[in-house]
Amino acid sequence: MNNVAFNITRMRASYGNKEVLKGITITILPNSVTALIGPSGCGKSTFIRSLNRINDLIPSFRISGDILYRQKDIYDQETDVVELRRRIGMVFQKPNPFPKSIYENIAYGLRIHGFTIKETLDEIVEASLKKAALWDEVKDNLKQNALTLSGGQQQRLCIARTLATQPEALLFDEPCSALDPISTAKIEELIHHLKKSYTIIIVTHNMQQAARVSDYSGFFLLGELVEFGKTQDMFTAPKDKRTEDYITGRFG
Amino acid sequence: MNRKIVNKRLDSLFKALGILTTVFGILVLLVLFIDVFLDGASRLSMNFLTSFPSRKPEAAGILSAWVGTIWIMAVTALIALPLGIGSAIYLEEYAPKNRLTGLIEISIANLAGVPSVIFGLLGLGLFVRWFNLDRSVLAGGLTLAILVLPVIILSTREALRAIPFSIREASYAVGATKWQTVYFQVLPAALGNIMTGVILAMSRAVGETAPLITIGALTYIAFLPQPPVTFSGGFPFMHFSLQGLFDPFTALPIQIFNWVSRPQKGFSVNASAGIIVLLGITLAMNSIAIILRYRQRKKTRW
Ligand SMILES: Nc1ncnc2c1ncn2[C@@H]1O[C@H](COP(=O)(O)OP(=O)(O)O)[C@@H](O)[C@H]1O
Ligand SMILES: [Mg+2]
Repeated sequence: MNNVAFNITRMRASYGNKEVLKGITITILPNSVTALIGPSGCGKSTFIRSLNRINDLIPSFRISGDILYRQKDIYDQETDVVELRRRIGMVFQKPNPFPKSIYENIAYGLRIHGFTIKETLDEIVEASLKKAALWDEVKDNLKQNALTLSGGQQQRLCIARTLATQPEALLFDEPCSALDPISTAKIEELIHHLKKSYTIIIVTHNMQQAARVSDYSGFFLLGELVEFGKTQDMFTAPKDKRTEDYITGRFG
Repeated sequence: MNRKIVNKRLDSLFKALGILTTVFGILVLLVLFIDVFLDGASRLSMNFLTSFPSRKPEAAGILSAWVGTIWIMAVTALIALPLGIGSAIYLEEYAPKNRLTGLIEISIANLAGVPSVIFGLLGLGLFVRWFNLDRSVLAGGLTLAILVLPVIILSTREALRAIPFSIREASYAVGATKWQTVYFQVLPAALGNIMTGVILAMSRAVGETAPLITIGALTYIAFLPQPPVTFSGGFPFMHFSLQGLFDPFTALPIQIFNWVSRPQKGFSVNASAGIIVLLGITLAMNSIAIILRYRQRKKTRW
């Protein structure tokens, strides 16, 4: 049990009266990539957004169940949400850099956590951009407004911004759905590298992508986790008929 | 076929009507401008700007008027800006959505549409009489501050609302608290639009005559409010004073109003010259607002 990142049992979530997660039980191992697939509207985003409590921002959102990260209840009264979000980073579907310089985009997370020494900031900014495979493209233009970058570069900047605060886990909610194939390939490669040091959960619409990048896969359907297991097993020999139908493209 | 031709004719008709109304508006404005300019341009001079009002139209100037306008605007800005932006931040970012805040919102929207004379009456009753501020700079500034407050709150809220949710999400996701998100991300991103709204509100206030007349601002003033900073040869060289806030004042629109109502021809020339100065100020403020808005648009393409 010690070597488990997320341990979730009977997670239920709703917006107002509308229940969208109906008892999810799942265990996520550290230093692995877990892909979540399923048709749109089945609750993948709701699930992943519950893990760093970013869904707390939505007033009608309610959640119950045991949602443990490193054996601690994420939704406990005592939980320091700020610290939780620092430890569990998130990259969103649409790249959302701040309308500031490339440098400031990354330094922001550090500043609000008390880093003030310029040399340290410079160092971490550079290291984060390198980890996100963006350094070579932007190293001469760190003062440039981040919104002038291409979509793919913006998304890698968002990854760098997340990495800067040294998280342990990374949540990706369809990070490539707004990107072209070349940028997508770059991000997939990046995820492959990051796996060594981080626990990664990625929601994706793209079955090939799930097969390429992940070690474990989960199939969501109408608020339930229909099947979960090793990616290889699920894609070659799905246990559930509905998973098979979805993977082979018969619906969704 | 027939229908097509009819539609086409209707299209051209509406287009012609649209052009006509636009041209009409512009023409009327243009004629007014030219008329005022022809009347007043000859009177514009350094002397006009540096002289106090006088019984003789050739000697009269707008010194006390434009200095008074600057005083009033400074007081208005100092009061209305923090209050207006602060309320907008609270209402937009923090306030729970319930009946009370709903009521407050409706009241603010309604206040923005209340005629300015009413604010003058409020200023007269509250600041001049109740607070005993008399017809001072402070009373005038406070009155105009209340006048522009609802407009500033509304435009600031609009500017805050225009910042996409995804920016806030990004900030929270790296572990920012609410105030950090508002202070470091939302406010700076909205600042250009906030300032645009503020300047437009202030430029409206510059020309307000009714509320200042209502609170009884004087029209003939041959001295200036005491400046907030004065210099002297001896120690401590610099002296600060707030006495100016309690001095009586006049302002450009009031001076103009006063001159317009005089029978002598010379004074109506003075009024035209004053109007040119006032228009210049308004135009300059609006230009700044437009430049700010343009720069903001260029900076943020979400
Ligand atoms: N903020 C919200 N308010 C109300 N309903 C929502 C909200 N976000 C998502 N939903 C609903 O919850 C369900 C699951 O949505 P989501 O988790 O985004 O699914 P997915 O990411 O798999 O497409 C959908 O039916 C969606 O309409
Ligand atoms: Mg989604």
